[in-house]
Amino acid sequence: MADVLLEAHELHTYYGASHVLHGVGFTVREGEAVGLMGRNGMGKTTLIKSMLGIVPPRSGTVRVRGYDATRWPTFRITRQGIAYVPEGRGIFPNLSVRENLQMAARPALDGRCDWTYGRVLETFPRLAERLSHGGAQLSGGEQQMLTIGRALLTNPSLLILDEATEGLAPLIAREIWRIVREIRGSGIAAVIVDKNYAHVTAITDRNVVLVKGQVAYECDSATARSDPAALHAFLGV
Amino acid sequence: MEFALIQLLNALQYGLLLFLVASGLTLIFGIMGIINLAHGSFYMIGAYMAFTLSSLTGSLAVAMVLGVVLSVVLGLFLEWALFAHLYRRDHLEQVLLTYGLILIFEELRSLIVGNDVHGVTVPPMFGGSIALGDTMTYPVYRLVISAVCVVIALGMYLLIQKTRLGMMIRAGASNREMVGVLGVNVNLVFRLVFALGVALAAFAGMLAAPVSSVYPGMGQQVLIICFVVVVIGGIGSVWGALAASLLIGLVDTFGKVLVPEYAGVAVYVLMAAILLWRPEGLFRRA
Repeated sequence: MADVLLEAHELHTYYGASHVLHGVGFTVREGEAVGLMGRNGMGKTTLIKSMLGIVPPRSGTVRVRGYDATRWPTFRITRQGIAYVPEGRGIFPNLSVRENLQMAARPALDGRCDWTYGRVLETFPRLAERLSHGGAQLSGGEQQMLTIGRALLTNPSLLILDEATEGLAPLIAREIWRIVREIRGSGIAAVIVDKNYAHVTAITDRNVVLVKGQVAYECDSATARSDPAALHAFLGV
Repeated sequence: MEFALIQLLNALQYGLLLFLVASGLTLIFGIMGIINLAHGSFYMIGAYMAFTLSSLTGSLAVAMVLGVVLSVVLGLFLEWALFAHLYRRDHLEQVLLTYGLILIFEELRSLIVGNDVHGVTVPPMFGGSIALGDTMTYPVYRLVISAVCVVIALGMYLLIQKTRLGMMIRAGASNREMVGVLGVNVNLVFRLVFALGVALAAFAGMLAAPVSSVYPGMGQQVLIICFVVVVIGGIGSVWGALAASLLIGLVDTFGKVLVPEYAGVAVYVLMAAILLWRPEGLFRRA
């Protein structure tokens, strides 16, 4: 079995007094794609932020490539080859498109540099036309392409996409899914959070459903595709 | 005519020197969100370092190199020990801590160097004057100050606009969390920015020491005018700070010549007028 990249065990996370995660366990292995599902407010984004040290858990452990990373600062965790495309995208509006890409670029842990500035612009030709624009002047779809491109320039082993198609026109969303499939094709592991469960299960290997801050259901994607009823029961769609 | 030219050169030199101090203040305020009342103290510390180190080593140039190194170390230490704990706190707590630092720095200065006013000699290489027209002369050292300040301003432009570190600094100002997500040690970047601000203020104090002399309380005087620069220029904007510093240099210098009895308020009238016209300052946050 492939090595474990990112692992959470018994995570309990709070926002102030509100207890959001109630002992969540989660694992992503090298090369694997995992769908993270659940209705709004069930703790998907909090789980990601806890694993990345952005909202450190109150108890439980986070392991990155086998190291105990529970108290590591965010940059140290992501330096292990993890890229996160957050909900709301996190573009730097005061930097140009070119600068947004350049500031993040780095080779992978093993020195490999599959994703270069040139390759990202080939993958996202619309960005190439807007290099000197400010980050704030882009449309929603272009901003999403910029954050995904920026994440790829860190040459990650694992890409975490949180609601990457949220609020995008169907045509643009389809383009984003095409790119995500292309990225998957190059063997990068992925955690995908999205409301469109059919699209998620078409790409992922297995899926985890959170309900009220706990893992309520897990299934492999083949099962989910042939019998979507069980998944639907937890997602209320 | 020559008299006006001399005043113009004085205004330029004063404005550029002010920029060195104010640019650090606006960076620390704009990027890290910290109101640093002790920023003027770094100017004072720089001036006193120029005095002490040049009397020890016999050379102002050596004193300046040593002084810059020491002020970077001081900046790194202060950020690590104190300012890093202020980022998440409100402005009142920042004001309390940094006001406390002013008192500590002034007391240390009094213990170490005493309360006398000192002069620092201009390096002999730049000791002369050059002729301006038929009757007037202008000290070379003041021209050197202006030239050095222009070079530093240019260097800051390149650092902030053209380097990856500069991109990280600007990105950190808009979304600190995301910079960390991208694998950049933001705390280290901010520590470097803080140390840069301290070094700039101290260096300004060292440059100014031969023309302004070295005296207790010199830090507070420059601090107040620097806050005026930051407010006029737009909080966090380095180019705003440059424009505002030059403007204040002009208004203050020519105010003292043309309307000496109102010169003390001229700068503040300018600030009020600009804020009525542009409440966010000349340049919006960079």
